[in-house]
Amino acid sequence: MSNINKMHNTTPGRIFDVCNHLLLIVLGLVTFLPFVYVMAGSFATEAEIARRSFFIFPETFSLEAYRYIFSTSTFVRSIGVSVFVTVVGTLVSLALTMTMAYPLSRKNLVGRNLLLNLIIFSMVFSGGMVPTYIVVRSLGLLDSLWALILPMAINPFYLIIVKTFFQNLPVELEEAAKIDGCTEIGVFWRIVLPLSKPVIATFTLFYAVFYWNDFFNALLYISDSSKWPVQLLLQQLMMVANVDFGDMDALLAEPPEESLKLAVIVVATLPILVFYPFLQKHFAKGVMLGSVKG
Amino acid sequence: MANIEFEQELTFPVEKKKLTFKQKLRRDKWLYLLLIPGIIYFALFKYLPMWGILMAFQDYSPFLGFWASDWVGFTHFQNFFSNPDFFRLLRNTLILAVYDIIFFFPVPIILSLLINEVRMALFKRTVQTLVYIPHFMSWVIIASISYVFLTTSGGIINDIIAHFTGETVSFLSHPDWFRPMIIGQVIWKEVGWGTVIFLAALANVSSEQYEAAIVDGAGRFRRVWHVTLPALRSTIVILLILRLGNFLDQGFQQIYLMTNSLNREVADVFDTYVYFMGITQGAFSYSTAVGLFKAVVGIILIYGANWFAKKMGQEGLF
Repeated sequence: MSNINKMHNTTPGRIFDVCNHLLLIVLGLVTFLPFVYVMAGSFATEAEIARRSFFIFPETFSLEAYRYIFSTSTFVRSIGVSVFVTVVGTLVSLALTMTMAYPLSRKNLVGRNLLLNLIIFSMVFSGGMVPTYIVVRSLGLLDSLWALILPMAINPFYLIIVKTFFQNLPVELEEAAKIDGCTEIGVFWRIVLPLSKPVIATFTLFYAVFYWNDFFNALLYISDSSKWPVQLLLQQLMMVANVDFGDMDALLAEPPEESLKLAVIVVATLPILVFYPFLQKHFAKGVMLGSVKG
Repeated sequence: MANIEFEQELTFPVEKKKLTFKQKLRRDKWLYLLLIPGIIYFALFKYLPMWGILMAFQDYSPFLGFWASDWVGFTHFQNFFSNPDFFRLLRNTLILAVYDIIFFFPVPIILSLLINEVRMALFKRTVQTLVYIPHFMSWVIIASISYVFLTTSGGIINDIIAHFTGETVSFLSHPDWFRPMIIGQVIWKEVGWGTVIFLAALANVSSEQYEAAIVDGAGRFRRVWHVTLPALRSTIVILLILRLGNFLDQGFQQIYLMTNSLNREVADVFDTYVYFMGITQGAFSYSTAVGLFKAVVGIILIYGANWFAKKMGQEGLF
């Protein structure tokens, strides 16, 4: 290593280092500052947003926008929908992924290869948007929150990664448990799952982020605006511009338009930012897990 | 990427004696029980829609249902290929895909080379932490932030442009700005995340290789050229295959969110067209035919790209 360090200490090397660091600092700021402005703007007054197009600290700190959105049932309900879909969806997805991955990790299971091939084929080829829509509709799931959960409940990539993980657990533990009289389900519940805590944590985050961020399924399957998740509400607010907040709070004659949008962006972003430290740790691990040959 | 091999050999030493097919099924009855919910999921939401593709050859009517609807053969495909929309969609999709490969694909590689040159661990980690963030945001958030920053009424970008030129640029609605904006968004959202896989590959390069290169008198850029880049080659090839396999998939969500009546002409791609025709206008059979065309081309592309990679002496994807 000392050799490498010596090489870096030449003058062109130092110039490169300085430029490189500067460039990376600028890149870091370019990715991060937009979020800072959105956050700052959501706490600012309408007048300030109209006057200044970028700031990091608002001159007058105002909670007006938040007071407004949290006083409308449209917004509060959409948060409720998003939280429900995220929590229930993540649980359903985890349960389905784990229970399916475990039998598939057993190499001597009859029919295993057929199932794996069918799963992989479904990753390369799919029925597409409209046939899936027809299936969801025939199941009577249109305008039901289950339409935001069930059609995407298992991510086949995650399934294969979890299967590979189970496959690499030591077989001896499972055999010992079986000799002690455990059924396969007992082995799965008492031995395999406790050993898989890091994988479960990783995929809890994977699925939770998916469900919180999902807007596509809501666009397809939910037309009743009282069942919109916050992402769809935000899209309507930003791009269609006229959201009927319905029971508008009498406290405010005029809703603070711009800061209101920014406040909704902040609320829709916040869970991701709060969990971001965990995400970063686990997602990077997940990418590596995926590259393990199985 | 998950590389899947199917092992055939039995691993349980306990089960030395040969079991009959029936005995095996009975032995694993609890395992099959665990499989049932997952199998139902794949049957209902993956394979039933595949069967539903047959709608593309029907005049599907929701009132008659699948069984009673008339069969019309390839009529919908003929209609689609003779429709001027077809060339517009193909053109828009291909241009975006080519832009993506030229302007987006190399950026994470370059960024990971730059990050790899940083030796201060804390600085490196901080930069990585910052540039990964947008990846976890939904497209709705990214689109909303784009609206806030690019709008002609008080967006910072246009304020700066107006300050220097006295004019504003309607990024959000002018057709000429649609493609640059889409690629710009993809870069902003995904460039950081794109480096993860390259940086992982670079972490596996042993420092001995660099030292050997130094002994041979290689300067910094020669080391990048002869040691670092070759270490990334197989990763680059695999990602390129994947990208080519998804050549016709321009993210539906992103394009849908950035489309408006003014830029629709250049914005429509196969996926958004399927949505508008199928879901909002109810032309189920016609839009299924369009979707099927896209899916078949996609399969050909991914197998073709994989075949080509193997021909070129690279390890393919499967």
